[in-house]
Amino acid sequence: MSGAMEALRGFVRDNAGINLGADKDYLVVSRLKPQLTSWNVATLDGLVDRLRAQPKGSLASQVIAALTINETLWFRDQKPFEALKSVIIPDLVSRVPADRPIAIWSAACSSGQEVYSIAMTMREEEQQLRGRRFGILGSDICEPVLARARSGIYSQFEVQRGLPVQRLVKYFEDLGGEWRVRTELRANIEFRALNLLDLPQNMGPFDIIFCRNVLIYFEPPIKKAVLASLAARTRPGGYLALGGAETTLGLTAAFTPLPGWAGVYRKTA
Amino acid sequence: MKTAVIADDSAIIRRIARSILETFGFACREARDGQEALDICRQSMPTLLLLDWEMPEMDGIGVAMALRADPEPGPKILFCSTHNDLLHIQQALEAGSDEYVMKPFDSAILEDKLRSIGLVN
Ligand SMILES: C[S@@+](CC[C@H](N)C(=O)[O-])C[C@H]1O[C@@H](n2cnc3c(N)ncnc32)[C@H](O)[C@@H]1O
Repeated sequence: MSGAMEALRGFVRDNAGINLGADKDYLVVSRLKPQLTSWNVATLDGLVDRLRAQPKGSLASQVIAALTINETLWFRDQKPFEALKSVIIPDLVSRVPADRPIAIWSAACSSGQEVYSIAMTMREEEQQLRGRRFGILGSDICEPVLARARSGIYSQFEVQRGLPVQRLVKYFEDLGGEWRVRTELRANIEFRALNLLDLPQNMGPFDIIFCRNVLIYFEPPIKKAVLASLAARTRPGGYLALGGAETTLGLTAAFTPLPGWAGVYRKTA
Repeated sequence: MKTAVIADDSAIIRRIARSILETFGFACREARDGQEALDICRQSMPTLLLLDWEMPEMDGIGVAMALRADPEPGPKILFCSTHNDLLHIQQALEAGSDEYVMKPFDSAILEDKLRSIGLVN
């Protein structure tokens, strides 16, 4: 059993970057055990054998998905969304050609709250945007949360985590117990399964990347590599928003902190 | 000192709400019906009124409208109700509510709502 745990930890670390300490064994067991029958294996050891045989298939994705932590809320930490409104949009509007849409990427978007919070902010700043169009890509390694993001349907509990009620009323349909993001807000948003460790070459470039509360799960060399590949997909002068406990310090020189806005960075060159 | 009036006809809800609000530094008073809520607010205006919808004597909408009709700047009003549909929420906002908590709630939701009206950081 401990051999299997060891192997499973190694598997998610190598394939998704996610570091699960031995103290997270309970999580591995409680998340994987209930799915073993649907995967047609009897034990965790059996699962490890199957993963060794097919390290890239759909079973592998499902195992990784089962071990991700998808905790999220609307307008998380508020600051990045304020920065978007009061610094980032004004700057982009002043220098991006009026006919080029602003490209935004939420790179570990979980069930979509971050994506729709960005979309609401953009809507509310229509005046400043003066007709400029924008597109938002939401991506995550975990398919099940992406399916929820695409559906735009949230429970009563979820719509109360960080979402002011005025925005609930404005942007959601009442489905009776659940709430669905209105179609208008879902226009120009696309969701895609992507692994930050293995991004397609031809992505971007983006004007704004939100990559929040995911680097915390990675070891420094992986953080470095991910930040480098985000930098490669950011336009010169573009922006990066990280989570409250994350930093670029000592990991990349491609981004410099935006003074006064903790967690928000600008691409240097 | 931040002060709160908790208006709910359920003693259990008042107790839960009080214990959560106290952890956020509110000194709490309780009201069991709408009229009592209005009276103790007018006695000394709280920072926050946590307001149930269905209550004896006067319902939450009546309380909110009465307070908003007063010349005095009233409290922040946080509705807290089992009426969990769009029309009721809109009605509460029109009556002058600042936020709306759909029951059942927990301390994470209450904290987020208090933050949204600027009463916690
Ligand atoms: C805690 S959530 C953060 C969601 C949102 N950005 C926020 O700040 O609220 C972290 C997300 O990162 C995703 N994730 C973990 N490893 C990943 C990887 N290698 N590539 C892409 N997404 C990953 C998880 O599936 C999870 O949904």
